[in-house]
Amino acid sequence: MSAVSRHAVSVSGRPEAPPMLFVHGFGCDQHMWRYVAPAFEASHRVVLMDLMGAGGSDLSGYDEQRYSTLEGYADDITQVVRDLDLRDAVLVGHSVSAMLVAMTQLAEPERVSALVMVAPSPRYVDEPGYTGGFAEDDIDELLDSLASNYLGWSSAMAPAIMGNADWPELGAELTESFCRMDPEVARRFANATFRSDHREMLPRVEAPTLVLQCSNDVIAPVAVGEYVAEQLPAGSLVMLEATGHCPNLSAPDATTQAITTFVSSLDTVTT
Amino acid sequence: MTGESPRHPPGLTPRDEADDLYQHAPCGYLTTDADGRILSANATLARWLGRTTDELASMTFVELLTPGGRIYHETHFAPSLRMHGEVREIAVELRRSDAGRLPALVNATLDRHADGSVRAVRIAVFDATERRSYERELLLAKERAEASEERAQTLARTLQETLIPPIPPHVPGLEVAAVYRPAGDGTEVGGDFYDVFSLGQDDWMVVLGDVRGKGPEAAVVTALVRYTLRALAVTTRRPCLLLEQVNETLLQHSSDRFCTAVLVRLRRREDGWRAEIGVAGHPAPLLLRVDDRTRQLDLLGPLLGVLDDVAYTDREIFLGAGDTLVLYTDGITEASGPLGFFGDERLLRVVDAGRSSSPREVVDNLLGEVLDFQRGVARDDIAVLALGVPGGH
Repeated sequence: MSAVSRHAVSVSGRPEAPPMLFVHGFGCDQHMWRYVAPAFEASHRVVLMDLMGAGGSDLSGYDEQRYSTLEGYADDITQVVRDLDLRDAVLVGHSVSAMLVAMTQLAEPERVSALVMVAPSPRYVDEPGYTGGFAEDDIDELLDSLASNYLGWSSAMAPAIMGNADWPELGAELTESFCRMDPEVARRFANATFRSDHREMLPRVEAPTLVLQCSNDVIAPVAVGEYVAEQLPAGSLVMLEATGHCPNLSAPDATTQAITTFVSSLDTVTT
Repeated sequence: MTGESPRHPPGLTPRDEADDLYQHAPCGYLTTDADGRILSANATLARWLGRTTDELASMTFVELLTPGGRIYHETHFAPSLRMHGEVREIAVELRRSDAGRLPALVNATLDRHADGSVRAVRIAVFDATERRSYERELLLAKERAEASEERAQTLARTLQETLIPPIPPHVPGLEVAAVYRPAGDGTEVGGDFYDVFSLGQDDWMVVLGDVRGKGPEAAVVTALVRYTLRALAVTTRRPCLLLEQVNETLLQHSSDRFCTAVLVRLRRREDGWRAEIGVAGHPAPLLLRVDDRTRQLDLLGPLLGVLDDVAYTDREIFLGAGDTLVLYTDGITEASGPLGFFGDERLLRVVDAGRSSSPREVVDNLLGEVLDFQRGVARDDIAVLALGVPGGH
């Protein structure tokens, strides 16, 4: 089975135009981009995917070992980039996927020319000299919270959506799987995500990168966004007047505007 | 009673009743703006959290959550609320002013302006203290059940390993190859067994048997037969006499399970091995000669553990250089696949094709053919043992 079908990849926009790949974060699925991605269909080839375990991804490809660290998830994104033979692509990653798309960029520097990191954090847990916003105990608490909220999850509700291209209208059956994930898969993903540390990777990511930071984000605080932009050799920070961790949902227009400005500036540089 | 206008408690105007219901409802109410800033909260929630309603109105909903709960809120609760317009039965812990926690279940709805922008988020909070401790017990019980299943499977595997010697002992002057494959996924103790043990210098006993059924009860009978044979063989060496005594033992045992077996006593001679063979309700062994077609020995004998006063007869043959004797259970011949049963003819054909192969190759090839025939899933246990005299090829 190809990475494209395993990750419920959907492609829209102009086939010959430069590609943009949008990757959702921990918790939900590609529909996180429904208020943002369509704006790029006129100018780009727009690609969406579901990370393993999310939305319409095929869980039969799940491997406990592979997905116990973020490398497995990043490798999936890299596979999609290769399978679709994307070149000169802009990768847009939300939350944990901001780090995942950076890992893909390092693996395929020829194919990925720029990155957009929406609400990124390279390290969620505090350490001496670094404030990520959380203590180790808080992560345990999150795992507990996942466990209690998945008590109502039954195996019969495993993601059942398949290749519905009627985007952006979400059918009832599509919304059913949104934010639902097999409890064990979610737990392992959360553990891998919130205990990861990618601070050392940032200085090696040389591609132009836009960092989108919400003014009031409890998961990725402003100081963390500033840290990411500083550490990236070609990072630029844009603050969004938005509360929360998901500006793609709460402030889609401002998010779209910031990304549009960034990708247009890339065009000017390359042409 | 008209049924047209809502009724209200005596002494309260409808407006008072509405206000009273909001403030003192048996659940907490919160209204926030699009960014989660609390616009109003009811008295019930304030009481539960040890705060005043005014205090609450200066906070955000996220501030009421624990740090772990905030991550859940941002990654699941808020996106779902935006996408669906509501969320239901979300488990959270709310922070009380005294640093305690209120386990709660939360429902929320999104109130939108006509243009689709968010006017307010309305949240109902239900005290779930009892439910949460019950859920914890359920989770613990699930973990305990998983651990105990794991232990049971380990026990079954360990038992099985003690019942079936995975590698037969080294017999000087004889090549012994064996294979055992339990039915299905191999998590259950099966009924097939084999044993190879020494009776003295160049004197060996080979046993292969099949206890009907599977699971712990079959395992008890397997162990009984195996160790009875080992004990009896100290003084009784002829297979037919051993089988008679095992039959008696089984009849006296409380289990009503029966058993089939084939016994081969092997004594080394200068140019090969003399084999005395006794069969009890079991398929007779196959004889592979270097210079003859493979045939099944002509041997019969009653099942073990069914009839009183049964007699068995032994058959004696000589295994010369290059000859091989193949013992097997009916997991081979009764294997069924899309083509029907594997059957005796196919068995003879497969084994005969490997007449000049080593015992190891004969055994592996046969297992491969039988598994392929069943599309890789053994429906019954399979045990095969091949005894070959080196040389002659």
